[in-house]
Amino acid sequence: MSYLYAAYVITWLIHIGYLGTLVRRYSRLRNEMEELKRQQ
Amino acid sequence: MKRAFPILAILTAALLSYGLYQALVVAPTEKTMGDVQRIFYYHVPSAWTAGVLFFVNFLASIAYLIWRNNKADALAVASAEVGVVFCTVVLVTGPIWAKPVWGIWWTWDLRLTLTLVLWLIYVSYLLLRRFSTSGQTPVIAAVLAIFGTLDIPLVYFSIWFFRTQHPQPVIGGGGSIDPRMLHAFLVNLIAFTCFGALVCWSRYRLEVVRRDVEETQALESLLEPRSAR
Repeated sequence: MSYLYAAYVITWLIHIGYLGTLVRRYSRLRNEMEELKRQQ
Repeated sequence: MKRAFPILAILTAALLSYGLYQALVVAPTEKTMGDVQRIFYYHVPSAWTAGVLFFVNFLASIAYLIWRNNKADALAVASAEVGVVFCTVVLVTGPIWAKPVWGIWWTWDLRLTLTLVLWLIYVSYLLLRRFSTSGQTPVIAAVLAIFGTLDIPLVYFSIWFFRTQHPQPVIGGGGSIDPRMLHAFLVNLIAFTCFGALVCWSRYRLEVVRRDVEETQALESLLEPRSAR
């Protein structure tokens, strides 16, 4: 049973971790876009 | 798509939750392996989704080589990256299943080795995209992706044409399966495919916006000395 839960938990940790990197990259891009708008 | 995205995301989350319930509660326990067999409901749909995403990468790479379309190139990057995430899930859940069933975490079996090679090909593709500064990078990456795709049928057919330790397919392989097991499997297969498509779409949008920002920054840096004069 512990192997089963480990597999399911690790699967979602991998996906949530990746989604976290996407959110971080989006927010960094948004900051860069705001910076560009300020310069213009 | 922008307006439909939140609705599709909620539907996918609901489908994934239903799939989890089917896999852990409704599907009966397999007689030989016991509960550990339920890993199959995540392992196989993840492998399927990774295969679909790598195939999208293949089509986008061909489209880029023919038409030199930047959006096709952005889709190639997005599908390869998300495909690697799903392939990582396959390579992690496989050994977790193998340990209690085979008694070992890993064996250099043909199916397992070819899956690892597939993962390594697409990781090298992403590293090439990340660190190469050559103007020819998208072309080189597209060619690498086309050759990388050749590994997908090898992974799939390896268990049909060679004697391997990996289990033979139950669905389409002549075996029988409990209808509740089949239902849980199909729900998770659809849920993971939808989830993969949504994440790939988000990564594609990010890539398109990132390229626009980089282009604007490059233009700004070219115009700056003139405006300073």
